[in-house]
Amino acid sequence: MPAPIRLRELIRTIRTARTQAEEREMIQKECAAIRSSFREEDNTYRCRNVAKLLYMHMLGYPAHFGQLECLKLIASQKFTDKRIGYLGAMLLLDERQDVHLLMTNCIKNDLNHSTQYVQGLALCTLGCMGSSEMCRDLAGEVEKLLKTSNSYLRKKAALCAVHVIRKVPELMEMFLPATKNLLSEKNHGVLHTSVVLLTEMCERSPDMLTHFRKNEKLVPQLVRILKNLIMSGYSPEHDVSGISDPFLQVRILRLLRILGKSDDDSSEAMNDILAQVATNTETSKNVGNAILYETVLTIMDIKSESGLRVLAINILGRFLLNNDKNIRYVALTSLLKTVQTDHNAVQRHRSTIVDCLKDLDVSIKRRAMELSFALVNGNNIRGMMKELLYFLDSCDPEFKADCASGVFLAAEKYAPSKRWHIDTIMRVLTTAGSYVRDDSVPNLIQLITNSVEMHAYTVQRLYKALLDDISQQPLVQVASWCIGEYGDLLVSGQCEEEEPIQVTEDEVLDVLEGLLVSNLSTPVTRGYSLTAIMKLSTRFSSVNRIKKVVSIYGSSIDVELQQRAVEYNALFKKYDHMRPALLERMPIMEKTATNGPTEIVQTNGETESSDSKHMPSIAQPANQANDLLDLLGGHDVGPVIQTALPTKPASAGGELLDLLGDLSLSGGPAPSPTPSVTISQPPFLLDGLSSQPLFNDTAAGIPPMTAYNKNGLKIEFTFERSNPNPNISVITIHASNTTEADMTDFVFQAAVPKTFQLQLLSPSSNVVPALNQGNITQVIRVLNPQKQQLRMRIKLTYTYKGAPVQDLAEVNNFPPQSWQ
Amino acid sequence: MQFMLLFSRQGKLRLQKWYVPLSDKEKKKITRELVQTVLARKPKMCSFLEWRDLKIVYKRYASLYFCCAIEDQDNELITLEIIHRYVELLDKYFGSVCELDIIFNFEKAYFILDEFLLGGEAQETSKKNVLKAIEQADLLQEVSHHEACIAPSGNAFLTQHSSFLIHEPTLNSHILITRNMCS
Repeated sequence: MPAPIRLRELIRTIRTARTQAEEREMIQKECAAIRSSFREEDNTYRCRNVAKLLYMHMLGYPAHFGQLECLKLIASQKFTDKRIGYLGAMLLLDERQDVHLLMTNCIKNDLNHSTQYVQGLALCTLGCMGSSEMCRDLAGEVEKLLKTSNSYLRKKAALCAVHVIRKVPELMEMFLPATKNLLSEKNHGVLHTSVVLLTEMCERSPDMLTHFRKNEKLVPQLVRILKNLIMSGYSPEHDVSGISDPFLQVRILRLLRILGKSDDDSSEAMNDILAQVATNTETSKNVGNAILYETVLTIMDIKSESGLRVLAINILGRFLLNNDKNIRYVALTSLLKTVQTDHNAVQRHRSTIVDCLKDLDVSIKRRAMELSFALVNGNNIRGMMKELLYFLDSCDPEFKADCASGVFLAAEKYAPSKRWHIDTIMRVLTTAGSYVRDDSVPNLIQLITNSVEMHAYTVQRLYKALLDDISQQPLVQVASWCIGEYGDLLVSGQCEEEEPIQVTEDEVLDVLEGLLVSNLSTPVTRGYSLTAIMKLSTRFSSVNRIKKVVSIYGSSIDVELQQRAVEYNALFKKYDHMRPALLERMPIMEKTATNGPTEIVQTNGETESSDSKHMPSIAQPANQANDLLDLLGGHDVGPVIQTALPTKPASAGGELLDLLGDLSLSGGPAPSPTPSVTISQPPFLLDGLSSQPLFNDTAAGIPPMTAYNKNGLKIEFTFERSNPNPNISVITIHASNTTEADMTDFVFQAAVPKTFQLQLLSPSSNVVPALNQGNITQVIRVLNPQKQQLRMRIKLTYTYKGAPVQDLAEVNNFPPQSWQ
Repeated sequence: MQFMLLFSRQGKLRLQKWYVPLSDKEKKKITRELVQTVLARKPKMCSFLEWRDLKIVYKRYASLYFCCAIEDQDNELITLEIIHRYVELLDKYFGSVCELDIIFNFEKAYFILDEFLLGGEAQETSKKNVLKAIEQADLLQEVSHHEACIAPSGNAFLTQHSSFLIHEPTLNSHILITRNMCS
């Protein structure tokens, strides 16, 4: 059989292939030859064949059939074989395959070989790809070699030990004795790898860290070595551009960082050397800057004195002006890490940082942007915002979303005036409107609502923006909402801040209707505009036009739109008397949560998240403290009564609707145009509204009580704690009738003091059967965040023997456990 | 360091050294994606980029990209120096190294790398010492190669393999250090 072709020849041949197919063919042919050669157990050519296989593997072809051959090569006595064998093992084998364990014995033998280069191969392979099992088996050998006087082996053993520790952390202890005099070596290779080993140990184990700090006095040793490196003259062997062994210097600085962190003594001991390195290192080349960079990182992380910290920040500042963009990048990254702790020092370099926004490199721009936002404060907001808005205009799309969010956040925190704030928002919406995050829309709406004096100006600007461009959805959504709310200000030309524009009601409606039909509008946007149009029915006089639009969309394909239109239609027809109240101007909203996930109120399908977020916070006191509320009596809509009303200016008629999606109600379309009716958001409103009492068993230990007992009507309360929220008590009322006639049209109403909130669920029925034949149950949930004594006033109305009966009572005898 | 890749401007892999255990499939995927990302970078951009949760440091030397993936706490600037040191070693060894040298002598490139780095960290900071070790190992390879060729029957068997020894197999013949091992 002819000798297998040589490696170089194979490479040459394969490179002549002109197509992928041709190459594949050659490879397959050669693989077949190699396979048969392997089968023949040819010792002579095995090395050559495996080498060829490795080449083909690098080209991307499968080579797993060579794995065992690698093992055979490793076991061979020839150095050539071993060299290729170990290389093959590192390339083809990995710890997932059981095959690799077969290597263990070979490696063990080679670790004890008479030739150091063979030992070196074994150490290298183990340190590169040794699995945990292998490491466990061979750790002892490695430890032995760590103590040898042969520096060639010692340095390799140190890094091999690092790998062993990474794979099997429990073995760290066994290497401790061997580390005793590692740092007294002269050989730089050993020094470098020893520092790496010590770093690994200190990072992994706080005990080790303390040990090295206190017992071994590592810091002085390291300081000494570093000092020698800096002070000693030119050493040709380790010199890089005039600096002596920068690799070792950097590793020492990193270890010092770990030792000095949160430790005053260590930090003090290294203060001088750090200052020395920081001031004396040559900065003309990358090498010097690499050392300075590490020094800065160390200074910032340990307990350094303020002078040193300022020095470090100034180094970073100088880096920012460096021509080398790598250095600039590194500086920005470091400044970002330190901006929180050394804010003022970083502020001094603000203008340089802002200049970096104009850099061509994407990574640098991003860093500069993040850092700029971190540096914005009340003093520099105007200037910074100008730069950032300019950046927003011209930056890549990948930045726009983050930049826009950042601008909003900064504006919110530091806006010098409301007008400026609105202008900034407008600028962002018009320039980067499509990149703005979804939750910005409700935030902006809330902001606008709160700037009462700017309403006219805002709506005018938004309207003008809409005329220009309706493609950016967030802008369109905010604009429609505002026009819906403040359309009256728009047509009456009340703007003070700028020249009021002349616009008629029809023109406004044209624009809003245009949004509804435009292809550019998303379903959400359409929802906004329909609602806005509806709101204008109470602000504009052209009600008929609005009615027409609304009725058209009653048959829209979009279910959301259809539902809204149908409900609004109903508002026009059946509930017209409620329309003005419902569509009133929104009150000032308090922010409930910043940028947090919103609680979407289920409002019979209404999921206009913007509105749900603007429910006033729970903190708003219920102003109907001891009065009973006007409620929608029973009817077909399950009465869910809120005692905590927002501070709404006297609601005409004050009839509240059930806005909480008790979707099991079959009652007629309770119109729920949420925009106008704001409801407080006690947290428990969203779960499980049902007409069944939620809990059937009383809470352990809270005794039931009789709340009312008069004229044969007895009302008992039983108690339960609501599991998710301990501030909520769940009371179930049981109404029973001892008389001989039924009590019909029974309605139970309740009111609680200001600090409480009450929720009443639907009753089981409204007839209390005579002679205790049954009772009505109804669930009350009381939120008592301040754990005050519970008091309740109740009102009962029912019809008895044809005559209406009404009674008021106070319930004060709540057992303490029910409200504590 | 987690891994180092060398690839050409056309995206062909010339060397791959992995210091973390990954399956072949994962390695291929990472290589493919990273090569694409780096090749898409414009010449004026900085040598660092964030990729997945790693920091990538890369530098182009002639037609070859040297690309390293380092961890968060590693120093990017010194990694550039490490890359440069490796190139210097290759250059000294091959004499004005070019991509072809690395293609045809890939196993040597690995040997040199393994004398410079171990487990992702530098084991020797002196250029001279790394080159000396390689030299000695090459010598050892020659000797063992030579010995193996002689040992069985001491005949012309060896002429088929060795490219340097002619027909007089004596242990005393001057052994030149050539670069054609396993050829």
